[in-house]
Amino acid sequence: MSLRTPLSEAKGLGSAKEGVAHWWFQRLTAIALIPLAVWLAFAVSMLGDASYETVRAWLETPHVAILLILLVVATFYHSQLGLQVIVEDYVHGWLKVVTLILINFLCIALAVIGVVALLKIFL
Amino acid sequence: MANVERPLSPHLQIYKWPLAMAISILHRITGVALAIGAVIMVAIFVAVASDPACYEWIRGVLASKIGKIFLFLWTIGLFLHLFNGIRHLFWDAGYGFEKSTTTKSGIWVLIATFALSIAVWGVAYYCTNV
Repeated sequence: MSLRTPLSEAKGLGSAKEGVAHWWFQRLTAIALIPLAVWLAFAVSMLGDASYETVRAWLETPHVAILLILLVVATFYHSQLGLQVIVEDYVHGWLKVVTLILINFLCIALAVIGVVALLKIFL
Repeated sequence: MANVERPLSPHLQIYKWPLAMAISILHRITGVALAIGAVIMVAIFVAVASDPACYEWIRGVLASKIGKIFLFLWTIGLFLHLFNGIRHLFWDAGYGFEKSTTTKSGIWVLIATFALSIAVWGVAYYCTNV
């Protein structure tokens, strides 16, 4: 017998009131990052310590720009979710709140900076 | 509470480290390291977008001996986190919880990490002689 109200069951947010959003998006970004990260590792290994012109030409290739924008967004989304879990485990009190706010701002800022830089190179 | 002589339960450092525990801790450490590495990746994009001299400076740092050691550690960190992440996805799906299976899958994570890290640097050496 469930003691939950029909409304709480329909909402499906559980006792933490957050539902499975954090868990789900951590997995979603993880799956996206599997092919993207393997591609990046080998693509960069082929570039080596390439000159400015070579790297710029590479970043101006359409499929590279697209894949890197996807990678940047997925990376910082995944980083924010993962770092949040670590902070929640080891940092407590007001310091936890401050750290979580900083991580959120940093991850969003870095994702935007990365995407804007990639678009500036590509366009 | 006054009796400080009472026995404590054994602490973490008492136990022999099972492979699963070591990889689990490494998963977190590599996650943080990769987040830091992602900042450098964005810095490279910004440098290429705005300042060739800045790119040359970053290239010099990363191509130095210490830079290469860090890049190699990041490569290992990337693949360890990636393959152990795949292991986590299997656990999420409900597979591989037997004790013998977790040890085996842990060993496979290490083998795959080693193989792919060597492959990436092999390609780098073959293509660019870095």
